[in-house]
Amino acid sequence: MHLRHILRALGRHRIAVGLLVLEIAFSCAVVCNALFLIGTRLERMQRPTGVDEMHVVEVGVRSVTPGTPEATMAQTRTDLARLRALPGVSDAVVANPTLFGDSVSFSSVRLRDDAKAPSLPVAQYFGGAPLARTLGLKLASGRWFRPDEFVGYDALQNDTSAVPVIISRALARHLFPGQDAAGQTIYAFGTNRVVGVVDRLVQPMDYGAAGGYDYAMMFPVDLPYSRGTYLMRVDDPARRQAVIGQALQALKANGPLRLIAPRYATTLEAARAKYYRNDRAMAWLLVGVSLLLLLVTALGIVGLSSFWVGQRRRQIGIRRAIGASRADIRRYFQAENFLIATGGIALGMALAYGINLVLMRHYELGRLPGYYLPIGSVALWVLGQLAVLGPALRAAAVPPVVATRAA
Amino acid sequence: MLMYYLGLARRSLRRSPVLTGLMVLAISLGIGASMTMITVLHVMTDDPLPGRSAQLYTPHLDPLPLDYKRHEGSPDPADDLTWPDAMALLKAHRAVRQAAMSGGSLLLRPARADLHPIYVSGRYATAEFFPMFGVPFERGGGWSAADDATGSPVLVLADALARKLFGTSDAVGQTVRLGEHDFRVIGVTADWAPKPLFYADQTGTQYSDADLFFLPLSVAMDQKFPVSGNQSAWGKGRSPSLTSANMSWLQFWAQLDTPAQVAAYRQYLVDYSAQQKALGRFQRPPRNAKLYGLMGWLAHENLVPGDVDLQLWLALGFLFVCMLNIVALLLAKFLRRGGEISVRRALGARRRDIFVQFGIESALIGVAGGVLGLGIAQLGLWSIRQRPDDYARLAQMDLSMLLGTVVLAVLASVLAGLLPAWRACRVQPALQLKGG
Repeated sequence: MHLRHILRALGRHRIAVGLLVLEIAFSCAVVCNALFLIGTRLERMQRPTGVDEMHVVEVGVRSVTPGTPEATMAQTRTDLARLRALPGVSDAVVANPTLFGDSVSFSSVRLRDDAKAPSLPVAQYFGGAPLARTLGLKLASGRWFRPDEFVGYDALQNDTSAVPVIISRALARHLFPGQDAAGQTIYAFGTNRVVGVVDRLVQPMDYGAAGGYDYAMMFPVDLPYSRGTYLMRVDDPARRQAVIGQALQALKANGPLRLIAPRYATTLEAARAKYYRNDRAMAWLLVGVSLLLLLVTALGIVGLSSFWVGQRRRQIGIRRAIGASRADIRRYFQAENFLIATGGIALGMALAYGINLVLMRHYELGRLPGYYLPIGSVALWVLGQLAVLGPALRAAAVPPVVATRAA
Repeated sequence: MLMYYLGLARRSLRRSPVLTGLMVLAISLGIGASMTMITVLHVMTDDPLPGRSAQLYTPHLDPLPLDYKRHEGSPDPADDLTWPDAMALLKAHRAVRQAAMSGGSLLLRPARADLHPIYVSGRYATAEFFPMFGVPFERGGGWSAADDATGSPVLVLADALARKLFGTSDAVGQTVRLGEHDFRVIGVTADWAPKPLFYADQTGTQYSDADLFFLPLSVAMDQKFPVSGNQSAWGKGRSPSLTSANMSWLQFWAQLDTPAQVAAYRQYLVDYSAQQKALGRFQRPPRNAKLYGLMGWLAHENLVPGDVDLQLWLALGFLFVCMLNIVALLLAKFLRRGGEISVRRALGARRRDIFVQFGIESALIGVAGGVLGLGIAQLGLWSIRQRPDDYARLAQMDLSMLLGTVVLAVLASVLAGLLPAWRACRVQPALQLKGG
C-alpha cells in the first residue's frame, strides 16, 4: 500500500508518534520480562521433591514435661504403634526436619577425613526405619538402611560414630561424577559409608546457593518424638484430613500432657501450597501488572488514533470524494498502527534484553529465552490492531461530503 | 488569573470527558501502583527507634580463621559475636551503655488452669538493654548489673503476655514458670516492638517478630536455655558449646553519644582484635573489626527482600508508561486547539500565559488522578496486608505518604504536560488564524 504516504503523514506528528512508539516499546519490554518472571516462578513452584506428597500427612507434638530420654523413646514407640493402627495409615515414622517446614540443618560434607579438605554444606534428614517407605522415596542404586544400622540421636553426635548414609542422586553426581556413589565414603558425622542413592531428595526449604536445592542426605536415626515430627503415609488421599483428626485424638488420649493441636498438623500438599504462597502471589501480581500495562497502552492508542481521525476528517472526506473506498480508509489507519507498533516492538526487543541484563545482575535470574520475544511482539501487534479498530471504523464512516465543507 | 485558567481548564476537560477520564485513570493507576510499593519500602526501611538510632552502634569482630571459606547464601559467622568476645566487650565497658543479647523460645506453663502451656519467644539480655534502647515500662523496670552477676531469676514481660497471664491485675511480683524454672516478674513493658526487630539475629522474621519476655543472659546460660537464631561454628570439634570461642551467636549493641566516643570505640575494637591476634586467637587483620550505626547495620543486613525491590521497579515502570501515554494524549489535545491558542495569542496573551494555562490544565488532571490514585493505593496496601509476608501487616500509609501521593501525581502530570504545553505555546498564531 502507500507506505510512503503513511510514513510522510506520520512525519508530521513526529513527537506524538515517537511517544507512542516509546510506550509500545516499554510495554513490550516489561511484558516480555514479566512473562519470563512468571515462567520462572511457575517452574520453581512445580519443582518435584522426590516425595509422594499426596499421601503424606504430618503431626507435630511438642513435649511439655521433661522425662528421661528412655521414657520419651518408649512413649514414641507407643505413639507410633497407635498411629500405624489407625485405619488407612500404612506407615508412621518420626523424622526431622519436615519437607516445606521452617527449619533446615546442614552438615559439612568432605571427601577426606581432614578438616582442611574442601567441604560442601548438605541438608540432612534424620528418621527411623520406615522413613523411605512413608515418603515413597525411590532408590536409584545401592540399598536401604538395614534394621541394625539405626542408632539413637545421641550416638550420632558422638564423633567416632560411623553411621551409613543415603544421598540424593544430584549430590551423588556432584561428589562422585561418573561413578556409582553407593559403596563410597563421605565424612559428615564421623565416617559415613554411602549405602544407597535415592532418585531425588531435596532441601526441606530453599537455603544457600540455588544450585544446591537437590543436594540432600538421610541418616538412620531413631528419633524421640520431642526431636521430630510424626509422618504418616495415608493410602487414600481423600482420607488425609480424617487421619489427622484421628491421629490427634489418639495422641491426646495416650501419654503425658503434651502440646497437640491441629495447627501443628498438616498434609504435605497444604504445606507445599503454604511454602510457595509468596511465589504464587508474585506471579499473580505480575499477571495483573502486565494486563494493566497492556490496557493502558491500548487506551493510549485509542486516544491518539481518535484524535488523528478527528483531525483528518477533511482529508478523509477528500480521499473518499476522489474514489477511496471505506475499506481503503480503514486499512490506512490499520497500516499506520501496524507501522507504529512495529517500530515500538523493534525498540522493545532491545529494551527487553536490556532490562533482562539488569535483572540478571541483581536478582539471580537467567537469560531471557528467545521465544518470549515473538510472544511479546504478537501480543502487541494484536493489541494495536484491536485498539485501532474502533477509530479506524469511525474514520471509514466519514462521508465524502465533508470535503466540501469548511474545516 | 489563576481562577480564570482553572475555569478554562475545567471547561476544556469537560469538553472531552472520555479522554479526560482516560488520562485521569492512567495517572491514577500509575500513581496507585507506585505509591503502594513506595509505602511498603518506606515502612520496611523506616527508623525502628526514632530519636535513639543515631546513638546506637553494633560492633563486629572477625574471629574467623584465615582459611575459613564462606558458602554462598549462608549467613556470615562474623555478623554475630562469640561468648568470650561479647563478655570481654561487656567487661571493658568502653561505651556509655552496652548489652549482649540473644533470642530464645521457652515453654511457659501458666499458673491459671484455664490456660494451656505455650511456647513464647523472647530475649536473653544484659541489664543495660533497657536504658540503652529506652524501653518504656508500664510497671516496674529492668534488672540491675548485680542481677546479671548473681544470675537472679528475674523476668520482664511484654504487656501483651502480662495481660494474657494475669489479666488486669498487677503482674509485678508474680511468679512465672519458664522452662523448668520459676521467675519473679519485676517489670512489664509498655507497648514496645521496634520494626524491624533490629537487635535480633538476622535469620528471623524481623518485621513480624516481637519479644514477649526478657530475662538475664546469665540465667539463660546457667539453665542451658535453648538459643534461637544462627549459630555458626568453625574449626575443629563438631558440637561446640555456647561458651566456645569458635562459635558466634550473640548480638551486641552499644550506645555512643559523641563522634569522639564513636572514634574511640572503633579504635578500641581494633586494639582488642590486635591483642587477640597477638594471643593467637584471631588470625585476620585487626582492621577487619567494624562498628555499624543502627541504620547502617540495617542497610548492611539488607532486610528488604528482592521481590519488594522488583515490585517497586515494576510499579515505577508502569507509572512511566502511564506518563508517556498522558504526554501523547495531552499533546494531541493541546495541538488540536491551535485555533483557540491563536485567538488568545492574537488578543494579547503571551507565550508564557499559554504555557501556564496548559500547565494548569495538566495539574488539574494530576490532582484528580492523585485523589483516585490514593484510593487505588489504599486498595493495593489492603491487598498486601492480606499477603502472608513477614512485613505485610505494616503496610499502612502515614500522613507523609498520603501527601506524597498527591504531590507525586501532580508532579507526574505537570511533567507530562511540559512538552505538550511547550509545543502548544510555539503555535504560530498567523498560520492558524488564516487557515481557520
